[in-house]
Amino acid sequence: MLRALLLTLSIVAIAHAELCKPDAQNAFKVRISIKTALGDNAYAWDANEEYLFKAMVAFAMRRYSSKSTTQISNVLLCNVTDRVSFWFVVTDSSKNVTTVPGSEVEAAIRMNRNRINNAFLLSDKTLQFLKITSTLSPPVEPSTPVWLIVFGVVLCLIVAGIVFLIVSGIQKHKKKNKDSTERENLEEKVEVTLENGIPCEALDLKPGHINGVFAADDERFTSL
Amino acid sequence: MEKSRPLWDNPLQFVFACISYAVGLGNVWRFPYLCQMYGGGGFLIPYLIMLIAEGMPLLYLELAVGQRMRQGSIGAWKIISPYLCGVGVASVVVSFFLSMYYNVINAWAFWYLFHSFQDPLPWATCPLNSNRTGYEEECEKTSSTQYFWYRQTLNISPSLETSGSVQWEQALCLTLAWLVVYLCILRGTASTGKVVYVTASLPYCVLIIYLIRGLTLHGAVNGLIYMFTPKLEQLLNPKTWISAATQIFFSLGLGFGSLIAFASYNEPSNNCQRHAIIVSLINSTTSIFASIVTFSIYGFKATFNYESCINKVILLLLNAFDLEEGSLTADNLNEMKDYLMATYPQEYAQLAPQIKNCSLEAELDTAVQGTGLAFIVYSEAIKNMEVPQLYSVLYFFMLLMLGIGSMLGNTAAILTPLTDSRAIASRFPKEVISGAVCFINCVIGLIFTLEAGNYWFDIFNDYAATLSLLLIVLVETIAVCYIYGIRRFEKDLYTMIGQKPNWYWKIMWAFVSPLLIISLFIFYLTDYILTGTLQYQAWDATQGQLVTKDYPGYALAVIGLLVAASTMCIPLGALVTFIRKRLKRERVSTVA
Repeated sequence: MLRALLLTLSIVAIAHAELCKPDAQNAFKVRISIKTALGDNAYAWDANEEYLFKAMVAFAMRRYSSKSTTQISNVLLCNVTDRVSFWFVVTDSSKNVTTVPGSEVEAAIRMNRNRINNAFLLSDKTLQFLKITSTLSPPVEPSTPVWLIVFGVVLCLIVAGIVFLIVSGIQKHKKKNKDSTERENLEEKVEVTLENGIPCEALDLKPGHINGVFAADDERFTSL
Repeated sequence: MEKSRPLWDNPLQFVFACISYAVGLGNVWRFPYLCQMYGGGGFLIPYLIMLIAEGMPLLYLELAVGQRMRQGSIGAWKIISPYLCGVGVASVVVSFFLSMYYNVINAWAFWYLFHSFQDPLPWATCPLNSNRTGYEEECEKTSSTQYFWYRQTLNISPSLETSGSVQWEQALCLTLAWLVVYLCILRGTASTGKVVYVTASLPYCVLIIYLIRGLTLHGAVNGLIYMFTPKLEQLLNPKTWISAATQIFFSLGLGFGSLIAFASYNEPSNNCQRHAIIVSLINSTTSIFASIVTFSIYGFKATFNYESCINKVILLLLNAFDLEEGSLTADNLNEMKDYLMATYPQEYAQLAPQIKNCSLEAELDTAVQGTGLAFIVYSEAIKNMEVPQLYSVLYFFMLLMLGIGSMLGNTAAILTPLTDSRAIASRFPKEVISGAVCFINCVIGLIFTLEAGNYWFDIFNDYAATLSLLLIVLVETIAVCYIYGIRRFEKDLYTMIGQKPNWYWKIMWAFVSPLLIISLFIFYLTDYILTGTLQYQAWDATQGQLVTKDYPGYALAVIGLLVAASTMCIPLGALVTFIRKRLKRERVSTVA
């Protein structure tokens, strides 16, 4: 009886060793970086965590195929390293000693990736299934890009400023015209001092214009 | 009745206008590069010598001419000698070219500013590819900040020949930039005078904030040590001295006519000698200050990249050899590498091509200048800071202030001669003339919003102003010293500010500065002749980096036109005046 038990156990062990080994068919490598993810709060990877992992994979398979046949014992782990990385396969209990096709496992994991990550307090980057690419979440894009809104605000302010300045300039110009016509009406009554036909005020305001002929003669005068 | 010339409200507005114009993007993105290339702290020696030999004298000369003649560049040079009206016209043409392409930088600054109001910053991460399994291919090959600049901002084409279409986002930003400039110059000195208070002082506030932030960043000290260790052997390299002279020359904005325009709105008794010294000293101090900030940012970025590189190598080794996490650190990396090479030679050999040699010096050595520094390096550093949105907004707002300050000077250089000429000023009010100039520049500036626009921008940036300005300033100095006469100029200065220029100014004006400019001119010409064909850097999307290409024929023709358009004005102006005088003399003689 004992010998039979030992025999079956060894056969199962050998079978398992056959099924789960690096680069086996339908096997996946998992790499976990606990210290990177959690820093000081990192937990150690031990047999309990492995049990949880097996449970999560079994859960994923059950949810995906919705037949409650996958057991925790169907998930085989092997080659656990210090990194922490290991390989796993999911065996099919209905057909003996075969593994569930990789595509099914992949689809199941993909579907439940979020739940698996959260069970270990990790993320897609720190709990890596090496052959299963994760769909990256797209960035949240608002309906109108933010920059257009800011652009619109600034544009309105600037245009308002320009319009204000132009309008006030036109108003000032009109007032000046009105004032000057009033002054002209006044001037017709008052005599304006003229010098060669130019009103004296204009002469005062004209900026100095350098007459080249006279400027050159500066040298001839004795300096004081 | 003639209107009196508008004046600055007080001398402070004038000084601020000059500072705002002179302190521009070149102080931030060109000087730190030169410092790095030509000997670190040692570069300050040729820089300061050139400031004294060429910067201060030429600045004083231009301000004095403008203040004395009280006209824009065309009018001022016509008064000095009627044959020199071409110099003024050349200045206006160069200013026109400059304002065409310079405002595109403000458009880019606006673009980045508007995009800074997001979390996370859009250049912090790569966008996802179409089936969401990874990042965009082009972004993977280069970095996310470079991708944002080359693809999402410029949408750059692979070469100059493929022009592509106008990028509407950039066109919108360019229109906004021109509207802002129009708002500031609308009323002439009345509006410009108020705006320069802001554009001159705000960049300093931001620089101080960045200095404090930059010095407290992790790894900033590496950058500062790298910058300030003088490599005195670079002083023997003639290129060092030439770069120092060129930088002083272009940084002060001499020869564009802007300084003459600004000074023409001064009271005749304004002490422009003191102001010239103040402005040139502030300009150089700002350059040094900005390079301290830039190098602390460099140090931070280089340290960050170095540490990421080390972490990547560690991760690679951990994954390949399934070692425990934390067993490999930056300190024991080298020993562990040797150990692994000895224990697993085959696997290590397979892995060897992927293992990069991370070096802090290599990261610090990547010297960048121009738009690459301002928009790529800085945004890369900003995305790694805490509260990046705040620093991003501050930084791009500062770039905007610097750019708009310089644009005010450029447009003043174009508008002052136009408003001085009675033919135009009597028919159109000031607002219409400014509006027309802004509108024409905006429409032509749309060329720079094409997909190949950045290549055209580089053409304008490198060739539109360099040779022409040297020639213009050379003619200006010779004209004032030898045609107008240095004694007459002395007397004018005595009338204006009450003191005669001492021997330092006279020697610099008469001998040193012209000689320096002639040597710069000869250097540039020989450099061009020796290199033969001109080349440019084009962005290759497939490789994710810049590649060198030759300019096509029509681009070379445009370069030639740019240089010729401004330099030919000088002899043409003299010729036209000569012909006019001849005709007048003939007419008078036939009448008599």
